[in-house]
Amino acid sequence: MKDFILPDPDFGTPARTSAATVTLTVDGQPVTVPAGTSVMRAAAELGIDIPKLCATDSVEPIGSCRLCMVEIEGRRGTPASCTTPAEDGMQVHTQTDQLAKLRRGVMELYISDHPLDCLTCAANGDCRLQDMAGAVGLRDVRYAPGANHHQPRQNGEANPRYIPQDETNPYFTYDPAKCIACYRCVRACEEVQGTFALTLERRGFEARISTGAADFLSSDCVSCGACVQACPTATLQEKAVIDQGTPDRAVLTTCAYCGVGCTFRAEMKGDQLVRMVPAKEGKANRGHSCVKGRFAWGYVNHPDRVLTPLIRARITDPWREVSWDEAFAFTAERFRAIQAAHGTGAIGGITSSRCTNEETFLVQKMIRTVFGNNNIDTCARVCHSPTGYGLKTTFGTSAGTQDFDSVAHADVVLVIGANPTDGHPVFAARLKKRLRQGAKLIVADPRRIDLVQGPHLRAAHHLPLRPGTNVALLTAMAHVIVTEGLTDAAFIAARCDGDAYADWAGFVAQDHLSPEATADLTGVPAADVRAAARLFATGGNGAIYYGLGVTEHSQGSTTVMAIANLAMATGNIGRPGVGVNPLRGQNNVQGSCDMGSFPHEFPGYRHVHDADTRTMLESAWGVPLSGAPGLRIPNMLDAALDGSFRGIYIQGEDLAQSDPNTNHVAAGLSAMDCVVVHDLFLNETARFAHVFLPGSTFLEKDGTFTNAERRINRVRRVMAPKAGLADWQVTQGLANAMGAGWDYPHPERIMAEIAATTPAFANVTYDLLEREGSVQWPCNDAAPLGTPVMHAEGFVRGKGLFVITDYVATDERTGPRFPLLLTTGRVLSQYNVGTQTRRTANTVWHAEDRLEIHPHDAEQRGIAEGDTVRLASRAGETTLRATITDRVAPGVVYTTFHHPDSRANVVTTDNSDWATNCPEYKVTAVQVSRTNAAPVETAAE
Amino acid sequence: MQAEKLARMANQIATAFAHLPAARAAERVAGHIRDFWDPRMRAGLARIAAEQPEILSPTVVEASRQLETAAGTGPSPQ
Repeated sequence: MKDFILPDPDFGTPARTSAATVTLTVDGQPVTVPAGTSVMRAAAELGIDIPKLCATDSVEPIGSCRLCMVEIEGRRGTPASCTTPAEDGMQVHTQTDQLAKLRRGVMELYISDHPLDCLTCAANGDCRLQDMAGAVGLRDVRYAPGANHHQPRQNGEANPRYIPQDETNPYFTYDPAKCIACYRCVRACEEVQGTFALTLERRGFEARISTGAADFLSSDCVSCGACVQACPTATLQEKAVIDQGTPDRAVLTTCAYCGVGCTFRAEMKGDQLVRMVPAKEGKANRGHSCVKGRFAWGYVNHPDRVLTPLIRARITDPWREVSWDEAFAFTAERFRAIQAAHGTGAIGGITSSRCTNEETFLVQKMIRTVFGNNNIDTCARVCHSPTGYGLKTTFGTSAGTQDFDSVAHADVVLVIGANPTDGHPVFAARLKKRLRQGAKLIVADPRRIDLVQGPHLRAAHHLPLRPGTNVALLTAMAHVIVTEGLTDAAFIAARCDGDAYADWAGFVAQDHLSPEATADLTGVPAADVRAAARLFATGGNGAIYYGLGVTEHSQGSTTVMAIANLAMATGNIGRPGVGVNPLRGQNNVQGSCDMGSFPHEFPGYRHVHDADTRTMLESAWGVPLSGAPGLRIPNMLDAALDGSFRGIYIQGEDLAQSDPNTNHVAAGLSAMDCVVVHDLFLNETARFAHVFLPGSTFLEKDGTFTNAERRINRVRRVMAPKAGLADWQVTQGLANAMGAGWDYPHPERIMAEIAATTPAFANVTYDLLEREGSVQWPCNDAAPLGTPVMHAEGFVRGKGLFVITDYVATDERTGPRFPLLLTTGRVLSQYNVGTQTRRTANTVWHAEDRLEIHPHDAEQRGIAEGDTVRLASRAGETTLRATITDRVAPGVVYTTFHHPDSRANVVTTDNSDWATNCPEYKVTAVQVSRTNAAPVETAAE
Repeated sequence: MQAEKLARMANQIATAFAHLPAARAAERVAGHIRDFWDPRMRAGLARIAAEQPEILSPTVVEASRQLETAAGTGPSPQ
């Protein structure tokens, strides 16, 4: 598709990997390819584009269209080149008189049942059928008009074969009249996405693509866009292209939603974005996408965006529009006045995991060098800060160990506290592909997430543990592995601290930590825990993927260390197919942590106590730096209430909606003298702000994001900042108003400074990223092109450290008043607090947050499906509608926090992880009851 | 900051190191607080240790004593 407008070569069939090669000639040219490669792909490697319709390199070939026929010397007939493996010595001819005649005949048949409306078709110029008609020289269709699928009426009567266009999906249309039944969409849905929402109904001339439901919207389709991308005609077509026409240029950039960090081609007309198409060259996504990155970018042009700086003296005053300079001066004056009256440490800031590395680097630099303190934190505080602590303690570095490609080599996958099909859909698609190939899956989650059972998918074990008991479960698995002699003794002896291992092994071997002894606590039958532990230890390459269901607990850091223990004990570190893989939530949460967004660490995870680093940075930055850790987000809010913290710069985070115990957050923000919100929209936090600085989207600036696999991807500006300044320019303007004297002309200069001062980024340059596409840190002289798998030869800290993980029950206890446990999560179509996705058509799938409750608990309370219920905890209460489902266990309820009106975080408490203060979102004791209150209505902010 | 909240945070840290011998646990708690707590939080803890030691675990009281004695910013023991 689109080849002549936007070069994107389609090799016809997927690449093969094999140590063996074969050499053949195609049209007289020799080519050597891995064994198993198709003749079609071998030809494509030579630049010979064999005509094709049903073949595309994202899915396996089926040899259906008969257009890709070739002649092979010594063989009879004209085999399909897409399904014929290349062989040594083969001599292939792709253009002969016989082939030309056959291909014209095939195309004639196709066109005889296709509308001839090319000039007004949305795919005009972007249609494989149109291209092939030209390529084979079709000049005439000899078949008389007759039965067809594209004419609504025939002979004055309704055409029984005509199916009207399905426009129910908000982002693309399905027009059966244009379908050539090539099966590419069905295969994409099955092979790439793994949803199996599409099928080919009936046979022969009657064959038609179907969702198996009344329409696309009500089907199992998850709107990942794989089918639309695969479609060679306008049958499945983006509505944006129908409305705007075909794009005329493309810019490669990186998605700004989750931590998978998909590479996209932003396809443009002028400065208008027409569509986002996942790029095959993207090393994280390998050409796949999800509904958010592919389609939910409409917020960029949403009228709610604020494009002019705003200030007000008091938060009860109306906003006043001002120039950038006035906003900077107002803020600088207030911040300096606060510091003069209350001390250097009375102000601070928060970096955004939605912004680029360069932008977060600048914010932390401003706070350390201009504010003069270390009161810098980031939203990782409320998500993966325990990952930083836990993995740094055990392995020596605060990051996942693998690349996403690694999952293709895994034999057993443990997913704990993560819901990848909703939270990290593109990774989930890659995981499901591996599971369909035979890898085994263990899911540890209180809910029956979609990975537990689905089309061609069934977890070997689902361990539905009680919220808050992760440590007990993982330690019980370790108990089995140690006491049954399933450890990898050679790995432990060579790679780990022997004394710490001995202590740990003795600890986990205790009887009271066995699956049998802890079954009542975790709620998981002991036999299941034993079977899962045995499978993980003995099933081959064992990989662990985890999410916020691990970290957002009072023992979040302990759980991360328990995961690391399990990986080390079984030798599952340091090679493809294994490892410890935190599924980071935000697009650049890894990067924001790398860039020194924590109050105790400079960029590169170097502690502020580290005198050598401090001296180096003082020399580079020309100012003295504080060696004392600063305040973390919860501490900032506490300090605001006691009057010692009075000003904050918040870049791209909505504390008032995303942080726990909303009432406490509101009180803290209200107590401050100067709250600066730098964001795209007037979010919930802006209600407490004195200054609003308009933000820029990822499409409006240059920079880099670092995804969950430590991959540094370029973000490229495709349109001018709508408010006039990119976010890094805003931070620079504010810093300069406070006397910084910075003159960064472009983010590339900021990256040069990052590389010069941060060893793991030492070799990272924009030039390198242009050449390589992306690299994974560490990227330095020891690893000039980056590091796909960490700890291959040894751990960053030297020897891997086993840590004793005593289970400690959370302070949040159920009882007569609050007998249920609430846990929270998110859905596929919405993203975090919904600031972006609620301003897109994605709301069609999730118009409100619902409370999931087990039928048993619902019946006890007289709650019916859709009833409005009161959800109350020790921290607060809210109302929302109930969904009755056995996805949750009895005693557990679940909700999302995508809509501000549902106020889910009014209910969550300010309990937190012992090591990092990461909030305990995942365990809140609650009561649920029917209420006569009006149902919550979702409104725009 | 609220004494009760600071005490709870400190006691949580002590619980995480409860598997260690008392002296080593206090050392680790002191190190953790030195590494991660802002000076005003440490000052708050010192006040609690002086005025309300009963709401702190003995390990935290000892850790607070060590922090007061050292009053430095050197790296914590691991």
